Amino acid sequence: MPAPEVVAALRTRFSATPFALGVELPATELLTALRALRDAHGYRYYVLGTGTERETAFEVLHAVRNLESGDTLFVKVAVPKDAPEVDSIAFVYAGAEWQEREIWDLFGVGFKAHPDLRRILMPDDYPGHPLRKSFAMDTPWGYRPAPAPEDAS
Amino acid sequence: MAGETLPIVGQTTAPAGGGTLEDIAEEVVRFPGGGIALLRTDALFHWAQKSSMWPLTFGLACCAIEMMATFAGRYDLDRFGMILRPTPRQSDLMIIAGTVTIKMAPRIRTLYDQMAHPKWVISMGSCANSGDHYRNVYSVVPGVDHVIPVDIYVAGCPPTPEALLEGVFALQRKVMEGNRAGA
Repeated sequence: MPAPEVVAALRTRFSATPFALGVELPATELLTALRALRDAHGYRYYVLGTGTERETAFEVLHAVRNLESGDTLFVKVAVPKDAPEVDSIAFVYAGAEWQEREIWDLFGVGFKAHPDLRRILMPDDYPGHPLRKSFAMDTPWGYRPAPAPEDAS
Repeated sequence: MAGETLPIVGQTTAPAGGGTLEDIAEEVVRFPGGGIALLRTDALFHWAQKSSMWPLTFGLACCAIEMMATFAGRYDLDRFGMILRPTPRQSDLMIIAGTVTIKMAPRIRTLYDQMAHPKWVISMGSCANSGDHYRNVYSVVPGVDHVIPVDIYVAGCPPTPEALLEGVFALQRKVMEGNRAGA
């Protein structure tokens, strides 16, 4: 459970909607809210970032932690499917850089002003973003290398 | 040394055919102080190849743990002349132990191409054999035989050290017969 006073402070300053693990924020307030969490509330440690695909939108979820109190707070932001792009928080939390690369790789959610937005898990020439629901999972990914040269035995 | 058997070190019974010189020689002429063995050179070479098979280990997943156990003291593949090599240049057997991802597949191909002839491949475990339950996963090659030719498939998830040993013996029999998938 996140600290109630932090959630309350976020609700007064931002248009934050609380849920069980933290708050949901509009994309425009993501950077300022995370800066406030880091500088004013002591959430200096970036735990994880992950993505989800919902019916209507992608969700990007960042977890940050206050190491003094041990409190973890999740910050959720909805990303529209027709323009899947959201602000990168890699300049606020350096640890988010690779996590955002992973979300980009698997979900195809772009991050504005990310320092190095490349694929991190899949090969560079991989077609598509495999954790999207539109990705054809029933088609086996057929790896076909170049035919082996004929060797003299 | 006439008629003297040449046992595979540490092995009481030869698991793969042709453990002794007499097994592969067509004729052994014995006379005091020496002897002459008449045999085909390819039989001699096959016998040498299967008796000193140096594997390039390719541990990709949990099968590698069983492979390490097979090389460790209790099962001790050293008994069969198998010494792990860290480089493909000195290896003639590649043990693919684990799930082959499409990102790893070109590396496997490169290392296989760097091995000198003759060379063999053991595919260890269900993932390397067919992809197993990762077969239709977006990142997995459905079987390492899409990438390189495979001689022996060892079944299991993961295979026990005994199963890998049996695969090695099967490969040794195959080498004695002169068959290779890599050709």
